[in-house]
Amino acid sequence: MRGRILVVDDDTALSEMIGIVLRGEGFEPYFCADGDGALEAFRASRPDLVLLDLMLPGKDGIEVCRQIRAESVVPIVMLTAKSDTVDIVLGLESGADDYVPKPFKPKELVARVRARMRRTDQPVLESLTIGDLAIDVAGHSVRRADEQIQLTPLEFDLLVALARKPWQVFTREVLLEQVWGYRHAADTRLVNVHVQRLRSKVERDPEHPEVVVTVRGVGYKAGPA
Amino acid sequence: MAPGRVVPRLRLIASGAAAGGRHVAHLWRRSLQVRVVTTTMALGLMATLLVVAFVADQVSERLLEARSAQAVTDSARAAAQFQDLMDRYDASQAATALGGVVQENLLSISGTGGDSGVGILLLRRPDAPAPEQAVGSFAINRISATVVPEDLRRAVRASENQQRRSVELELASGAVVPGLVVGSQVDVPLAGIYELYFVVSLEPEQQTLDSVQRVLAIGMAALVLLLGAIAFVVTRQVVTPVRQAATVAARFSDGHLDERMPQRGEDDLARLAGSFNDMAASLQDQIGRMEELSRLQRRFVSDVSHELRTPLTTIRMAGEVLHDAREDFAPAIARSAELLQTQLDRFESLLADLLEISRFDAGAAALDAEPADVCGVVEQVIDLAVPLAERRGCELRVHLPAGAAIAEVDPRRVERIVRNLVVNAVEHSEGNPVDVHVGADDHAVAVLVRDHGVGLRPGDAQHVFDRFWRADPARARTSGGTGLGLAISLEDAHLHGGRLEVWGEQRVGSAFRLTLPRRSGTIVGGSPLPLGPAVPGEDRRGVRLARHPVPTGGIAAPSDLPVRVEDGPRG
Repeated sequence: MRGRILVVDDDTALSEMIGIVLRGEGFEPYFCADGDGALEAFRASRPDLVLLDLMLPGKDGIEVCRQIRAESVVPIVMLTAKSDTVDIVLGLESGADDYVPKPFKPKELVARVRARMRRTDQPVLESLTIGDLAIDVAGHSVRRADEQIQLTPLEFDLLVALARKPWQVFTREVLLEQVWGYRHAADTRLVNVHVQRLRSKVERDPEHPEVVVTVRGVGYKAGPA
Repeated sequence: MAPGRVVPRLRLIASGAAAGGRHVAHLWRRSLQVRVVTTTMALGLMATLLVVAFVADQVSERLLEARSAQAVTDSARAAAQFQDLMDRYDASQAATALGGVVQENLLSISGTGGDSGVGILLLRRPDAPAPEQAVGSFAINRISATVVPEDLRRAVRASENQQRRSVELELASGAVVPGLVVGSQVDVPLAGIYELYFVVSLEPEQQTLDSVQRVLAIGMAALVLLLGAIAFVVTRQVVTPVRQAATVAARFSDGHLDERMPQRGEDDLARLAGSFNDMAASLQDQIGRMEELSRLQRRFVSDVSHELRTPLTTIRMAGEVLHDAREDFAPAIARSAELLQTQLDRFESLLADLLEISRFDAGAAALDAEPADVCGVVEQVIDLAVPLAERRGCELRVHLPAGAAIAEVDPRRVERIVRNLVVNAVEHSEGNPVDVHVGADDHAVAVLVRDHGVGLRPGDAQHVFDRFWRADPARARTSGGTGLGLAISLEDAHLHGGRLEVWGEQRVGSAFRLTLPRRSGTIVGGSPLPLGPAVPGEDRRGVRLARHPVPTGGIAAPSDLPVRVEDGPRG
């Protein structure tokens, strides 16, 4: 078994189809058809990844996303039928790591799922510093002095990518490739929203970031230690 | 002061005066009140001038006429008295010399000549025969004989009656005052016929007249000023509400739809305010309804999008699964799976384009502008288009400027436009090379995509941006384009405040030029690249060559109208 995936979607035909594709790729899918039962299904199945439709009967996807994020750092990928910026940004801000716009191809979905579930297979003993933060890569922990900071895997990867090359300015495209694993046709808004989320957790003052610094017109870089 | 410094100062004064003149002209053009007040004062001045001139003329005529008549009467009486006195002169009394008697008599009548009598002259007729006893000419009050005009003397000599003339008298003080000379003939015994002249000053009358004219002038000035003030007050009553209306209307058109005019009383201005407010309310209502419609439309598009996409996703995944397994199927079923797959691709892009277009139509398209290098965007598109170009056997040649072409654009939209243009050019290139140029100046960046393929027939240029328009309906659709690509590109260009233009000639090729403003929120003017058959510089080093004149024929500029960057309300 390569991983447990919770599919939260009210369209049973689509859920079933996603299930067929995921099983074909060796994943173990669980299903939930409405927003109200989503959190319970999440607790019951303890998935390694959540595929979440944004439009759900009962509680909507944004709310479900927020609740899951409140108790877990599990990767969440939104399935969106809307491609309007507002909806996507709202979903990302409420804690989703990525989104797949409908209609998607099975390969596309699988690629995104794999990208989110890929963890460093061989833990490297590596300590990094960025700003006034200390990162233990193998232990997957970030601390400021004695204070532990909780990050989702994606946020952690983003921070590590920046911290590994503090001399480099990363464009959004490069970050998409290194952190999300996308080569083309991905949305740089993903990076913007995640940087905002990361800042809200690691910066002393998110309005005046010192850890993840914006380089206007280019991208982001690690702040001076 | 050196002459060299005078000239600039004069120029300064001249330019100051010119500026003042412009200011006045500006006021005249801009202010109804200034115009009305000025016109009223000018016309009032003219009218009062006419009246005052008439009144002054009448007064002076009456006054002087009365005085003259008085003077004539007085002098007639005095002359008669003198004649009487002289008639009584008796040669027997010759003890007294004639001269003395004349002198005495003249003095005695000088009191009767009226208050303003200046003097009396007794002049000997120059043509008189030599008298028995000659006396010279006499003057009372040392009046010089020169005050009597020669023609008056001739008239007196020719007539028995009194004659008079208006003259100017020079007083001892040197002042010149109007006067009157009345003359008649008298018979001086022993000495013959003499001319007797009474000189009367009209100075008191002139003074009266002067003061009357002064009063009239002051009155006139006061009247004109008063008229101006009245015009000012009256126009203010009208102009103030009109200005207020203008301000309110300006604010209304700026989007403050709640703006209304204060409505007081029942006069015309109140009616104007009422009508304006009714119009504003009706407009607000209409706009509200349009906004509501637009919101519903957007909502509908969004719902349709969701409703269509979910089943489409399922179909698409099912199709893909079938497609992947097609080797296990019978040939007909396997082919069916393939067809299903390719047509699903087409259906999907058509749906995506339709949704995009309806987003533009609903005014829901928003520009996510950020500074980006257009060269980078173009290179990215070229990288992706190279496989297609290779399949078509067409060479893609890129001509970039020496530096970056940074502009505040929405990179996703620009990429979509350029991709559309490049793919179109490759599809229609017929194996000939396709040139992609990037140009930049201070205000705009431009991307020109030029192919040397089929080109456009006359009249086609107007239609290439039409939705679902096809250059040649008989032409096989090999690429699976939706027919909406250029329409979307045009909307994308407009959203940037930019332009998308086309040139084309049959069998010569066609050129599409995208011009975007460097700063978002501005509207693009000229383009750094020429549009036409001439291709700017084929060198790969990317040095931008001099501008070529843009030929006038065959260019459609569908986007020459000013375009607002944000269309319509956004929810």
